[in-house]
Amino acid sequence: MPDTIPTALPAALPALAPGHVRHGSSIGQPLTRRDGALKVTGAARFAADNHPPGMLHAVMAVASIAHGRVQSLDIAAARAHPGVVEVMTSSNAPKLARHPDQTGQPFTYKLDLLQDDRVRYANQPIAVVIAETLEAATEGALLLRPTYAAEPSSTSLDQAERFVPDTVGVGSPPNETSGDVAAGLADADSRIEATYDTAPQYHNAMEPHAVVARWDGDRLFLDTPSQGLSMAQARIAGLFGIDAADIHIESPFLGGGFGSKGAVWAPQVLGIMAARLVGRPVKLVTRREQMFGPVGHRAPTRQTLRLGADRDGHLTAVDHHTLTASSTFDDFFEPSGRVSHTLYETPNLRTTHEAVRLDTGTPFFMRAPGEASGSAALESAVDELAEACGMDPLAFRIANYAEQEPKSGKPFTSKKLRDCYARGAERFGWASRPLQPRTLRDEAGLLVGWGMGTASFPALMMQATARATLHADGTGLIELGAHDMGQGAWTAFAQIGADGLGLDAAAVELRIGNSALPNAGMAGGSAHTATAGSAIHDAATAAIRALADLATGDERSALFGAGNQGVVARDGRLHRKDDEQRSERYADILARAGRASLSADGKAAPNAANQAQYAAHAHGAVFAEVKIHPTLGQIRVTRLVGAFAAGAIINPRLVTSQYYGGMIWGVSFALHEHALHDPRTGRVMNANFAEYRVPVNADIPDMEAILVEEDDPYVNALGVKGVGEIGITGTVGAIANAVWHATGIRVRRLPITLERLL
Amino acid sequence: MSIPVALTINGRRHALVLDDPRVTLLDLLRERLDLTGTKKGCDRGQCGACTVLLDGRRVNACLALAVSHDGADIVTIEGLAESCGLEPGQLHPVQSAFIDHDAFQCGFCTPGQIMSAVGLLREARSDPNLDDDPERVRELMSGNLCRCGAYLGITEAILDASARLRDAGAEA
Ligand code: FES
Ligand code: FES
Repeated sequence: MPDTIPTALPAALPALAPGHVRHGSSIGQPLTRRDGALKVTGAARFAADNHPPGMLHAVMAVASIAHGRVQSLDIAAARAHPGVVEVMTSSNAPKLARHPDQTGQPFTYKLDLLQDDRVRYANQPIAVVIAETLEAATEGALLLRPTYAAEPSSTSLDQAERFVPDTVGVGSPPNETSGDVAAGLADADSRIEATYDTAPQYHNAMEPHAVVARWDGDRLFLDTPSQGLSMAQARIAGLFGIDAADIHIESPFLGGGFGSKGAVWAPQVLGIMAARLVGRPVKLVTRREQMFGPVGHRAPTRQTLRLGADRDGHLTAVDHHTLTASSTFDDFFEPSGRVSHTLYETPNLRTTHEAVRLDTGTPFFMRAPGEASGSAALESAVDELAEACGMDPLAFRIANYAEQEPKSGKPFTSKKLRDCYARGAERFGWASRPLQPRTLRDEAGLLVGWGMGTASFPALMMQATARATLHADGTGLIELGAHDMGQGAWTAFAQIGADGLGLDAAAVELRIGNSALPNAGMAGGSAHTATAGSAIHDAATAAIRALADLATGDERSALFGAGNQGVVARDGRLHRKDDEQRSERYADILARAGRASLSADGKAAPNAANQAQYAAHAHGAVFAEVKIHPTLGQIRVTRLVGAFAAGAIINPRLVTSQYYGGMIWGVSFALHEHALHDPRTGRVMNANFAEYRVPVNADIPDMEAILVEEDDPYVNALGVKGVGEIGITGTVGAIANAVWHATGIRVRRLPITLERLL
Repeated sequence: MSIPVALTINGRRHALVLDDPRVTLLDLLRERLDLTGTKKGCDRGQCGACTVLLDGRRVNACLALAVSHDGADIVTIEGLAESCGLEPGQLHPVQSAFIDHDAFQCGFCTPGQIMSAVGLLREARSDPNLDDDPERVRELMSGNLCRCGAYLGITEAILDASARLRDAGAEA
């Protein structure tokens, strides 16, 4: 709790309202995906679908130990294999301009690029075989038969020494306290202390990391999926000592990213190095098992929560301790405690983080990094405390509703969480839930349990630029290096551009996914629509302003003298605000001015004044039903209802899909995903889709996502919060709590598997 | 080594001579015939991204060696609509249902999902209740992973396409 709690909202800042632009013609419409026809016919070209003339195939050989050195590789055997062109190892890998452990730019992490013979984690690349065919390269990689000088490795939280990291997440302090947690716990009438374990998880987008690399002198042409084109350019430029502007990346479609494609990883750079080494274009596609190591993951956590509440069920203290892990050689610390900063009102709040270093690849941002694991623990703990207080879990949450952000004391830009609770509960039928566990059965005799959790995710703004153009034929063009990894940028950004330009979406061309376009920042932190969308809005507004200047300053125009602020754009015409009958077509304005087109640049950035005064988060409530076999312990999620408030909704069809996807990741987190390390070798034992379990169609129940209306005048000009990650949060806890309600057993180790119920 | 293999792919006969017996049907399509609509998600039969119709049945192309299928008839996502007699540019009912029901996000698993769905609808000819029971559709589509989590849309799209085909008296 901060020293001062604002008693009233701060003097309202000016709302970031649009000027000439009227939103709502395209924005808010459930348009189907613009890239839909390409995706359902196989015509969408993903990175690995490219095949420039003369291209060779590269296959990585990866380490089967987690720590040590490569002693030998049978390079001769690989070279002798018909079709093998070259074997790239630490002895002949091209020299880099910058050592790959030298980071420092944002979102750069240390990479293993065959600069020496050391092995820092299992599945680390140790050689690359380049061949005329994929078959020859694959066989060549097998023929290398590496031998190792292995050293002991640690891959579990119990195996290494703890320390307090300097920062967690992106530059956040590891320990934060307000009030006096010990006193708050001592004062409590009910208290719980519980420890929750979450498993290591690997992103595993369906599309493996891939690159097709082609050098032309010092210019580099790449097809590679990227969630951050300009950061990728900068990283690669640094490694090869070339100009970022000479690196041309095409990434029109990502086959899923979930954070893992936000950085450049070793496989992509090795493909580029291989192309340089052989002087021909090279394609390198990560094999599925190679996705478990060199391309990021979500670290395991062990979180201990100590919560207290008074007689009325009001929290007296929240103490949230996280133990997590990074690699032995680099820093990324899952900020699980962060979620406790924002969700429940409490006078005494402490979040602390400790970490160990493990012989694994470096963990990374994975869909709701921090929030997913933190919410899993917090929502379970809150449920346990509600039980201790004898209260309904929803009533308990409402009793502890935060009117201001607990950590900062700031009011929220908007917060329709009460509506989410009410709408979700009603739809689910929560009111008829018995308080006691193990009381519901279905007609087949299965144990039935109902649980819930609160969802939340920060509404971030990053930086982006965009360009908008009006053509003399009355059409529009929006250009920015934005990224579509499935969230629907191809569609939603066209909708934003269409409203910004006052045109029908069909009359607006969108160009994204290419590094030559204006820098659109990154697709991450659920902030891409908010950020890149705001840049599009800004560019379009500027284009319309310039057009209005042309018209209102020209005495031959019907709009002459209206003044720039006196016109509004709609349906390809500018209208006088004071007399809507007087209007003029864009095409006519441009033609009279002798202009073939008119372009304007726009940008978006966090609004410092608003951020200083307000906290910005999306919220939601998730309700889950599970059915459990009373003797076999088999668990099925049978119903999921989520209600979410995330500001303005650009396209409800796509947003619903994002919520579903997030909630399914929640099912996966709660019941499925678990990368298992062999404690002797440090290898991931289940590095494949049969044993690293993710939900299949039959695992997914009837689901519903309710879009709760929320008007947010402060978060950004579009009023948009993010929707990509929030669905996981809340869902994991809801399922774990439903399992308890069905069985009376608190399983505090995720994923919850049937043997834990027997 | 040269191994002759004759395949009909999307209605076109290919008389191929393979220099390598290890080439899978998937890699043949993707790397040698530029039919890259069929995707590789795992290369070991665990994800379904590579699903094609082989002599009318859905198979994982990554588990099929090209040389073992001499004489086979193969339909991939690129040729699906035309293989059903539709004009170029027209969509198969399953394809358009996938768009209508937002049955994909990134679209990487989508060609495999659609080919698998068409295979399922054809299996339903001999098991008529198979394609109007959501539970069975979910079960029978569970060899096709979707990491984005588009399963609801996928199931709805298949049920919808199946109903539309039935109403039209047409087959998938
Ligand atoms: S690529 Fe064939 S099943 Fe995964
Ligand atoms: S749509 Fe992305 S994996 Fe299915």
